[in-house]
Amino acid sequence: MSQDPAQSGPGPAAGPGSLGPEAHVMVGNADKFINWCRRSSLWYLLFATACCGIELMQAGASRYDLDRFGAIFRATPRQSDLMIVAGTITHKMASRVIRLYEQMPEPKYVISMGSCANTGGPFYKDSYCVVKGVDLLIPVDVYVPGCPPRPEALIDGIIKLQKIIDQKRNFAAKA
Amino acid sequence: MEPKEIFEKVTEKFGGKAVELQEEGFRPAFVVVSPESVREIALFLRDDPALKFDSLMCLSGVDYKDRFAVTYHLHSLSVGHQIGVKTYLPREAPSLPSVDMVWPAANFQEREAFDLYGIVFEGSWDLRRILLPEDWEGHPLRKDYKYPEFYNGIKV
Amino acid sequence: MKARAEALPTQEMLINMGPQHPSTHGVLRVILRTDGEVVVNARPDVGYLHRALEKIGERVTYAQYMPFTDRLDYLAAMNCNAAWAWTVEKLAGIEVPERAEYIRVIVSELNRIASHLIAFGSFTADMGAFTPFLYAIRERERINDLFEDICGNRLTYNYVRIGGVSADLPDRFLEKTKEFLDYFEPKVPEYNNLISYNKIFVHRLANVAAVTPEDAVGYGLTGPNLRGSGVPFDLRKNEPYSVYPEFDFDVCVGTGERGTLGDCFDRYMVRINEMKESVRIVRQAIEQIPEGPVMAKVPRMFKPPVGEVYFRAENPRGETGIYLISDGTVNPYRLKIRAPSFVTMGIFEKITKGLMIADVVAVIGSFDIILPEIDR
Repeated sequence: MSQDPAQSGPGPAAGPGSLGPEAHVMVGNADKFINWCRRSSLWYLLFATACCGIELMQAGASRYDLDRFGAIFRATPRQSDLMIVAGTITHKMASRVIRLYEQMPEPKYVISMGSCANTGGPFYKDSYCVVKGVDLLIPVDVYVPGCPPRPEALIDGIIKLQKIIDQKRNFAAKA
Repeated sequence: MEPKEIFEKVTEKFGGKAVELQEEGFRPAFVVVSPESVREIALFLRDDPALKFDSLMCLSGVDYKDRFAVTYHLHSLSVGHQIGVKTYLPREAPSLPSVDMVWPAANFQEREAFDLYGIVFEGSWDLRRILLPEDWEGHPLRKDYKYPEFYNGIKV
Repeated sequence: MKARAEALPTQEMLINMGPQHPSTHGVLRVILRTDGEVVVNARPDVGYLHRALEKIGERVTYAQYMPFTDRLDYLAAMNCNAAWAWTVEKLAGIEVPERAEYIRVIVSELNRIASHLIAFGSFTADMGAFTPFLYAIRERERINDLFEDICGNRLTYNYVRIGGVSADLPDRFLEKTKEFLDYFEPKVPEYNNLISYNKIFVHRLANVAAVTPEDAVGYGLTGPNLRGSGVPFDLRKNEPYSVYPEFDFDVCVGTGERGTLGDCFDRYMVRINEMKESVRIVRQAIEQIPEGPVMAKVPRMFKPPVGEVYFRAENPRGETGIYLISDGTVNPYRLKIRAPSFVTMGIFEKITKGLMIADVVAVIGSFDIILPEIDR
């Protein structure tokens, strides 16, 4: 019996107690379902320090809409699970970054956006008060290069993070 | 008014406290004054009807290698002329009277000069570090400043 | 009953409006001491983005410093680039070709429109209306496209160079700019219809934090903040530089139309009207731009003569002044940037006494500050 979904119509009527071809069933493990939920609604903390912050705002606004990935900005770390560190981090700000990271509930992810957050950026050589990379303070999952990175690059970083989340195992492996 | 006329007016009121006029290669020209007289000369520059310098454009500290300086760039909105005022300070314990009661715009800029150079402004209503953390050691914009190795455990 | 309420003892609260906050336009910390909802003292604490731009200036050459001026006020990066270029040219006496000056004015005014759009969008978002932000970003993206045509970047351009601009305008740039201006000009009355005269918006802004003209001059306010208090001082008219004398435009001044002169609403309306004037200037520049080279002959390892110069330019946020001391070598000796937002923060503590906490947000938004300029 040909099962070409493009040509066939609604299909034969199903009798009671049996699942017809239109029934929508997903078969998988709990990991797949949980990861699907988590990666499709990454709420990010608005943590924009410097120029990359404007690209972050423009990425979340009209043209490069981050809302279609389920990513909404939240103002408080208690309600967000993604921190996009956009901009230069100075020594005065460093303790606040760590405090914000600790205030986020698990599971949490960090994207380091822009040269300044990756390695200190153009201020690497001569500046006495810039932290040379936010990974000296908190663990980072994805690095997005650029000065500032285009919104498409940030979206690429978020998609890479979604792929990382898809691989995670939420339940302990058997010993 | 031309810088020479402004210099003459200041000299005829304050005598030797106005030390010299730096004109060649300096735009705007600088009237160099002695540090202790900064506040009274500033009041005169603001209130005199012919001068009327009511706007402080910029206050900055400078480190010439043998001494410090504080420069004030003034502008008059009504008359339209500009002038600079400069005082030289010794490298050890530089201090001079504050002008924040003459132009309130001076307060933040004096705090910045204190933070980055260590110049003390006496009589300022609020003199604290402004740009660097409170427990930072040293004054970074001095020419002989050495970058610290670590700050609170993070490599500088 | 009222006497009993007034006799109730109250305690002051100490609230931290921290460096990470959606409405502080960056990493600004405000330490609020409040009596209930009324602010007793609001002290700003800045320095969370101090990146030592002045020290870096003493270690790089004049041409190498140009990208750092982009990061100074990134919403008006072309203006900051141009201010640095004009300062060095004033010190060294370099003659810039006329076509380059016209291009500088065109990109500066387009950047002024873009900067005021973000000021408008984020200010209305702070007041609670989120939709104007999306409209403003939609317009700003078209300006970003124009800038991407010119120099390849959307935010930090490094396009204006000492002696001119780095490359001539690409094909059809002037037509595309004209199309954008025709598209944008009816948008400003649309914004006024949508939000500017909305009753709640006016009620939140009128009579809040009025700055008298004497205070504005004494505290060093410049740009739209000064003009919002009624002082008609615009550097492009009063001390013109570059080719601004060739253009015909009005200076927008606050009038106290909905409240006291110098309140938040006046400063907001000055910015909205300035967008219209910038459109006029760009139209005239497109008509008048001559042909010619775009870069003067400047040596590779450029050594200006010994001297000190102070130059100021009219940036969207106020007057950006650069005090440059040169000792004849390839690096500047001392480079002091007089940032408008830094000086504007001096009046913050005085002006917020007695306001409600929500009005503090209105004040920060109406002054249109940007933190990297404050902290350098």
